[in-house]
Amino acid sequence: MHEWALAEGIIATASRVAEEQHLDEITEVVVRIGELQQVEEEIVQFALEQLRTPKMSKAKFTIEKAPAKFRCNKCAMEWGLDPKTLDRETGEAIHFVPEMAHVYLKCPGCGSPDFEVAEGRGVWLASIKGRRK
Amino acid sequence: MSDPRLAIIPERFRGVKRIIAISSGKGGVGKSMFAVALALALRDRGVSVGLLDLDFTSPSTHLILGVGNLTPTEDKGITPPQANGLSYMSIVHYAGENPVPLRGAEASSAIIELLSITRWGELDLLVIDMPPGIGDATLDMIRLIPRIEFLVITTPSRLAYESVRKLLTLLREQGVPTIGVVENMATWERGYIEAVTGKAGFMYLGAVDFDPEVEVAIGDPEALAKTKFFAQLRDLARKI
Repeated sequence: MHEWALAEGIIATASRVAEEQHLDEITEVVVRIGELQQVEEEIVQFALEQLRTPKMSKAKFTIEKAPAKFRCNKCAMEWGLDPKTLDRETGEAIHFVPEMAHVYLKCPGCGSPDFEVAEGRGVWLASIKGRRK
Repeated sequence: MSDPRLAIIPERFRGVKRIIAISSGKGGVGKSMFAVALALALRDRGVSVGLLDLDFTSPSTHLILGVGNLTPTEDKGITPPQANGLSYMSIVHYAGENPVPLRGAEASSAIIELLSITRWGELDLLVIDMPPGIGDATLDMIRLIPRIEFLVITTPSRLAYESVRKLLTLLREQGVPTIGVVENMATWERGYIEAVTGKAGFMYLGAVDFDPEVEVAIGDPEALAKTKFFAQLRDLARKI
């Protein structure tokens, strides 16, 4: 996912959660990002700095990375992502739409594209802390 | 806890006045050709139009448009490239001509990803070429874009309509705005589709004849614009 789109999504979701929980101030947002997203953490942090709202002006944004793990639906082999093996074009395609892994990656055991991303696919808000005045 | 992608999808469509999904319960009824021709016909009327190809397993709008390697621009997200005067987004920008073998949940996730990264800007209309059936893409679009309108394509075949009928039932049950039904590739006596569509309570927008020149015009929008198919579609588009 594109870093700015991701940051926009984090800010929008954090704002919604703060509203739902009647928080006047957000102090910490923890985001978990799957390795398959291929995002550059510094750009996400920069975008978050630019997009943060007054309610989260002092919030700490913590980004945790989750390693990618694939499991083959055909032969049950499990393996991880080695970004060094991706050429630039493949890396970019997976960065923007991580499901493109199924276009460019194959099970190292049997060569099947029919695998699941068992871990490290998504982006989600793990926790939000804040306070009410 | 929360998927942050979902929160920005409404924002991505904020500048788009109307969103029309060209859909059918059945494959092979001419959805992609209709979607491209509709987008081009409306562009000719001065409407600013976007085209989104959501058929990940069989994308074909790029072949109809005759566009090769288009690269979206990266600017705080993705700006669709221009193709024949259309803001154009397709999975082929990322997958090329390779197969895209996705299971249901992954297809759904890829749709969410594409919707959340694409910045359409200001558009009068976005035409979406949907994959056939009532699976992930249809359910996702109903869920993610509540104001989406469906335009349903069938052929004169009773087999095609039987699948279309199920789609129409789903749309009605879910309260999804439905513009009407187009009878595409019409070749023989008219009347059946119009009758059953009317009986089901949906608007029959009209028929577009089967035109062998359409196949010849694949990859050449200028030639497509000279076909009888395009002329009939242009007339029909006035009802949309």
